[in-house]
Amino acid sequence: MDFFLQLVINGVVVGSIYALVAMGFVIIYKSTSVLNFAQGEFLLVGAYISLMLLVRYKVPFYATVLITLLFAGVLGLLIERLILRPMIGEPVISVIMVTLGLSSILRAIVQGIWGTDTQPYPEIFPSQPVMLGPVPVSRAYLWSMGCVIVLLVLFTLFFKYSRFGIAMRATAFSQQVALSMGISVRFMFALAWAIAAVVSAIGGILLGAMRTGVDQSLALIGLKVLPVVILGGLDSIPGAIIGGLLIGILENLAGGYLDPMFGGGVKEVAPFVILVAILMIKPYGLFGKVHIERV
Amino acid sequence: MATIRCGDFKTSYAKDMAIFDSAFARWCLALFLLALLTVPLYASSYWMDVTNRVGIAIIGAVGLNILTGFTGQISLGNAAFMAVGAYATAYLGAHLPGLPFVLTILLSGFLAAVVGMVFGVPSLRLKGLYLAMATLAAHFIIEFVATHWNDVTGGVAGVSVAPASFFKYSLDTDSKLFYLIFGLMFFLVFFAKNLFRTKVGKAFVAIRDQDISAEVMGVNLFKYKLMSFGISSFYVGVAGSLLAYQAKYISPENFPITLAIDYLAMIIIGGMGSILGSILGAIFITCLPELLRLGASSLSGTFPSLVGLFASLKLGVFGLAIVLFLVFEPDGMAERWRKIKTYWRLYPFSY
Repeated sequence: MDFFLQLVINGVVVGSIYALVAMGFVIIYKSTSVLNFAQGEFLLVGAYISLMLLVRYKVPFYATVLITLLFAGVLGLLIERLILRPMIGEPVISVIMVTLGLSSILRAIVQGIWGTDTQPYPEIFPSQPVMLGPVPVSRAYLWSMGCVIVLLVLFTLFFKYSRFGIAMRATAFSQQVALSMGISVRFMFALAWAIAAVVSAIGGILLGAMRTGVDQSLALIGLKVLPVVILGGLDSIPGAIIGGLLIGILENLAGGYLDPMFGGGVKEVAPFVILVAILMIKPYGLFGKVHIERV
Repeated sequence: MATIRCGDFKTSYAKDMAIFDSAFARWCLALFLLALLTVPLYASSYWMDVTNRVGIAIIGAVGLNILTGFTGQISLGNAAFMAVGAYATAYLGAHLPGLPFVLTILLSGFLAAVVGMVFGVPSLRLKGLYLAMATLAAHFIIEFVATHWNDVTGGVAGVSVAPASFFKYSLDTDSKLFYLIFGLMFFLVFFAKNLFRTKVGKAFVAIRDQDISAEVMGVNLFKYKLMSFGISSFYVGVAGSLLAYQAKYISPENFPITLAIDYLAMIIIGGMGSILGSILGAIFITCLPELLRLGASSLSGTFPSLVGLFASLKLGVFGLAIVLFLVFEPDGMAERWRKIKTYWRLYPFSY
C-alpha cells in the first residue's frame, strides 16, 4: 500500500509539472492553432538560465526567478515575431516543422553554451523530507506542487476576469470577431507565446530544483506533454491540468508495477500507449471541443 | 533538336504527360546516370560512405513524400518503419542465410509496409496534427519493442547484420553496395514518378487537396490512405534494409526520433509533393553535416574551440535551415530550381 501511495504521490508531482507545460502548449494552440513542438526546449532554456544566474552570478533565488521569467517572456515574443508570424496561413505540416526546427536551434544554443553534461542545481529547498501520513515526501516536491496550484489558479482567474485574458479567449473563439471588436489579434498571438514560454520556464526551474540537476533530457518533457494535451483535449486548460495529473499518475503506476515484467522502460512508453488508445476512442480528449467538418 | 523549350508547345495529351519534355533532357539524365556509375572507381571510402547514405536517404525521402507530400498524411513514424525494415533484414540474414539479398530486401520492405498500414488505420479518423501525434506514438511504441524484444532485436545492445549475399557473391564493401543502392534507387524513384501518372497516384493527390471532395468524387478514402501508408512504408522499409546492410550493425540508437525529423526536413526543404524535391532534399540534409565537418576541421587551426562545438553547430544549422526555408522558400528547393529554369528559358528576353 505504501508503494502504491508513493507511486501516486510521485505521479501527482510529476503530473503537476506536465500540467504546467501542457498549459503553455494549450494556450498557444488555443489562440494561434499552432502545435508547439519546442515547448520542452523553453523549459530547458528556463532551467539553464536560472542555473547560470544562481551559480555563476550568485543572484538570490527570488531575483533569479524574476529575471528568468522576464527573459523567457522576451524569448517567446521574439520567436513569435521572427518565426511564427510568417507562417500564418501555411499548412499544418509546415507549422509543425518550423517548431521542430526551432527546437533544434534552441537545443543547439543550450548545448553550445552549457555543454551536454549534467550540471548540479543548487539546493533551494531543504532536503529534509516531510511525512505525509506514512509516506515521506521531499520538500521540493511539495513546493513545486504548491507553485503549480497557485499558478493554475492565477491563470484560470486571468482567463476568466482580466481584460487580456478575455481578449485572448475571444481571439481563440473567432479571430474575425475579435478583430472587429477592436482586439489586436497580433498582440494576442505574441502574448500567447510569451505566456507559454514563461510557464514552461517556471516548469524548468521547478524541475531543476526537484531533480537537483539539469541536463538535455529535460527537453523530453516537451514530447511527454503530447499525450497529456490529447487526453485533456487540445484546446482546454482544465483538460491540460487533469490530463497532466492523470498521465503523471498512470505512467508512475505503470512503471512501478510493469517494469519488473518488461525489464524497464514502461514508464516512458506508457503515455504513448494511452495516447493511441485515446485517439482511437475519443480523439478530441476529455474536454476538447469536438470539431465537426461541414462541407 | 531543341535543348530547352522556351514555352508551351504541346499539341497532344501524350506530350503533356511525358516525363521528359525534350530528347535533350533524356540524354542529359542518361549521361548523368552513366557518370554516376563510375563514382566507385575514384571516390575515397569516406565519400563512398556518404554517397551510399545519400542513396538510402533518397529512397526514404521519396517514400515519405508519397505519404506526406502527395497524400497529405503527416507521419512522424518513418524512423520506426525504417527500423522495422532494418531489423527484418538482420533477422532474415541470421535465420535464413541462403536467401538472396533481393528477396531479403523485398520481404523487409513488405514487413515495414504491413506495420505501416497497421499504424495507418487511425488515419481514417484522424487528420493533420492528430495523425502526427498517432504516428509519433507509433514511433515510441516500436522503439520500446525494439529495445525489449531481445530474441529478435538484440535489445539495447543491437544486432549485427550479415552482408547482402547471393550464393557465393557477397556485397561486403561500400563500393559493391553502391550498385545495389543506386540500382534500387533508380527503380524506386522511377516507380514513384510514374505512380503519380496513374489512377492510384491521382487519388492520393485528390485526398491531399481536399479529402471530402475526393470522397464525394468516389475515391475510397480508407483504401487509398492505407495504400499510401503501405507504399510509403515499403520504400522506407527498403531504405531501412539497405541501411542495415551498410551499417553492418544496428541498434535502437540508429533510429531515434531525430531521424524521423531529418526525413521530414528533407521533404520540406526539398519540396513537398515533388519527386525531384525529395532527391534534392535528401542530398542537402545528408551532405550538410559533412560539409560542416569539412569546414570545421579546416578552420580548427584558427579556432580550436570549433571542434568541441561541432555537435551543437550541426544541430543549430539544421534547425536554422528548416526555419529559413519555411520562412523564405516554403515550396522548397524544387520550386527554386523551377524558378531558375524559367528564368533561363527566356533569357535574355524575360518579358
